[in-house]
Amino acid sequence: MRINMRDMHDNQAGTVASIKVSGELGRRIRDMGLVPGTEIKIQGRAPLYDPVALRVRGATLTLRNTEADYIEVEVE
Amino acid sequence: MAPTVALAGNPNSGKTTLFNELTGSRQHVGNYPGVTVEKKEGTYVRDGFRLHIVDLPGTYSLTAYSLEEVVARDFLVNQKPEVVINIVDASNLDRNLYLAVQFLEMGIPICIALNMMDVAKKRGISIDAKKLSSLLGVPVIPTVARSGRGKKELMESTVQIIHENYEMAPLKISYGADIDQALSEMENEIAAGNFLTDIYQAHWIALKYMENDEQILTLGKDVNPALAKKLEDAVRKVSHHLQSTLDTYPEAMIADQRYGYIKSILKQGVIHHKYDQNRLYSSDRIDKVLTNRFLGPLIMLAVIAGLYHFTFTYSEVPVSWLESFFKWLGSAVSVILPDGLLKSLIISGIIDGVGGVLGFVPLIMFMFLGIAILEDSGYLARVAFMLDRVFRMFGLHGSSVMAFIVSGGIAGGCAVPGVMATRTLKSPRERLATLLTLPFMNCGAKLPVFAMLITAFFSKYEAVIMFMITIGSWAGALLVAKLLRITVIKGAATPFVMELPPYRMPTFKGLAIHAWERTWQYIKKAGTVILGLSIVLWAMMTFPGLPDQKLQEYEKLKQTEMNRVPVAVIQQLEDAGENADLSNEAQSLKGRLQRIDAKAAEAGLRYSIAGRIGTALEGISRWAGFDWRTNIALIGGIAAKEVVVSTLGTAYSLGEVDLEEIGSLSETLAQDPNWSPLVALGLIIFTMFYSPCFVAVICISRESGSWKWGAFAMAFNTALAFGLAALSFQFGSAFGLLVK
Repeated sequence: MRINMRDMHDNQAGTVASIKVSGELGRRIRDMGLVPGTEIKIQGRAPLYDPVALRVRGATLTLRNTEADYIEVEVE
Repeated sequence: MAPTVALAGNPNSGKTTLFNELTGSRQHVGNYPGVTVEKKEGTYVRDGFRLHIVDLPGTYSLTAYSLEEVVARDFLVNQKPEVVINIVDASNLDRNLYLAVQFLEMGIPICIALNMMDVAKKRGISIDAKKLSSLLGVPVIPTVARSGRGKKELMESTVQIIHENYEMAPLKISYGADIDQALSEMENEIAAGNFLTDIYQAHWIALKYMENDEQILTLGKDVNPALAKKLEDAVRKVSHHLQSTLDTYPEAMIADQRYGYIKSILKQGVIHHKYDQNRLYSSDRIDKVLTNRFLGPLIMLAVIAGLYHFTFTYSEVPVSWLESFFKWLGSAVSVILPDGLLKSLIISGIIDGVGGVLGFVPLIMFMFLGIAILEDSGYLARVAFMLDRVFRMFGLHGSSVMAFIVSGGIAGGCAVPGVMATRTLKSPRERLATLLTLPFMNCGAKLPVFAMLITAFFSKYEAVIMFMITIGSWAGALLVAKLLRITVIKGAATPFVMELPPYRMPTFKGLAIHAWERTWQYIKKAGTVILGLSIVLWAMMTFPGLPDQKLQEYEKLKQTEMNRVPVAVIQQLEDAGENADLSNEAQSLKGRLQRIDAKAAEAGLRYSIAGRIGTALEGISRWAGFDWRTNIALIGGIAAKEVVVSTLGTAYSLGEVDLEEIGSLSETLAQDPNWSPLVALGLIIFTMFYSPCFVAVICISRESGSWKWGAFAMAFNTALAFGLAALSFQFGSAFGLLVK
């Protein structure tokens, strides 16, 4: 099932399916190691539920929800 | 000249630690030409071999995403370092190799330092460095920068590359059939047309065109518009094709294939994971507590309060040493020099001015030490993470918070270290908005002004007023930040995508170097300019002096007082030391004489350029209820806010008013018919928001990279402050609020 990264709950794992943004943000997301096929796991959210922290390739990244909106994830 | 070696790598890969380890104290910090990115250079010496080492800014990639990336790329292209040492975090190998692949694509000779081998080992990751080296075709040396392990082998390998001096062929990986074909055609065109090939390799130019790299596209248009257009058309064609067949575009495809290439290499037995990659490390367990929904904010408050306490309490002692030193210097000079202009210039102009700058030094050093601890340990990234949601609403960034707090978000900070704390902010627009609004916070130097006015007019509501002042500054700063972000610095929010680095114990060497180099920069830059400006301000408040006739009048008044008492009393006063017990008569004479001196000082101040400006401004300042005395004090406050109270004292003929003894000034103002709680409120508002002091303006100019922003801060803040103060005064007067 494909869902938006914003809708993933804490500790849910999945595989990045597509990144629907180009330009500066798209570049930044890819530079940080988020490309289709990458396995990710939601690690938690900030006290105000935004941004979100996720585990990617053994490191922890953070994204704002508005940025996570562009990322589709394949989950079980 | 010694060969140049550049250190490159991701942020948090241990690059700076390695740099410090290699160069020790033989390093200095400057800026890259025209930008505010720090450039660290140093010398490595071993066995009579010298290498010039340049620490490039930490980057994840070599696109033109951030200023740091552009700077790093320009350096590699223009300065052509003999070797690039690419520091790679072994515990995070695949993501770190993304940068290494891009160096290889550029055809730059690199040597990989496989750093943090100890951390990798702890995480159950084993890496075959030899195999990685043979697959990538470059030396790979395992290191632990913190302990210096592998340093010798790394440098031997680097020196060997310099000696061999071979031409590196750029790495060509497959980005998919469509792109590959277009790339090779473009490459031929580029080579045939000698298009930018004097600077870059043809393959790399073609690749950057494919990646839509703005910097290269602009450069291409300038050099050869016809060929540039041809290349752009070729890219558009591929782009269109990819869009329709695979729903992707070249830039994304290239990135995917780079990661694919890295994966294929690592899969050949280079890396072995003992545990699941998503396993929680100790750092994640700490995060479970420190960024917890309820505990996180509480702990953050405690940490911030701790930083505050640390900085302002522990710097108090050295600050007071410096203060007493300058006081001593002043009085020593005053004994040596005869009364007159030279003495006044040296004491009031130079010693007080330089003392004012150097007085901040311990404060700045402690603040930087504290911030360096938070930054190097990884906690600062968590603060940004937790608070980003709030600050983003106002067009700022989670990382802005530290700068605000340091500047006086909790009353009593200082804008100067606050300005410097914005260096941890990597988003240019958010950083500028933070720089321009943090002077609204209530620094320690504004507090005496508030204290004096509150004592005089609001003594019953002290705590409430102080609280409202703090809230008012925050509200003002955030709202103005929002205003700036939708007007003069408008633009989309910079992506927040960032890394939460694992918690690490900071190294003492790293902290010391970090804190000291920033302090030294402050002393150098602020010191020179401030000295000049304080002399100007001194001149404004001194010249022109009172005409002789006036001075004689005051002299005559003093003479009259002295003639009224017996000679013995005068004798006693003249012989007595500073703290000697005096008879009642002598005491009263002394008081009367001092009052006359103070009157003369008041008249002199009014007669000076500053006094005339203050008087001339009365026409406007009346709108906010300020008279010439307040105007002069506020003008003086632009030099340093500490001056406001003491200048008011002089203007009200109280002589020099010490900051500790503001009681007499409070009393005078409370009884003065021109003053009312409403006027005091206007002055409080004005003081909160008006122009930052000189030192802060200079720091803002330097950190924003332009004097324009320093001037903007002075003009805009003063206009805003005056508008608010006038509004409150006019509103209050109209409704008869807060009158006596």
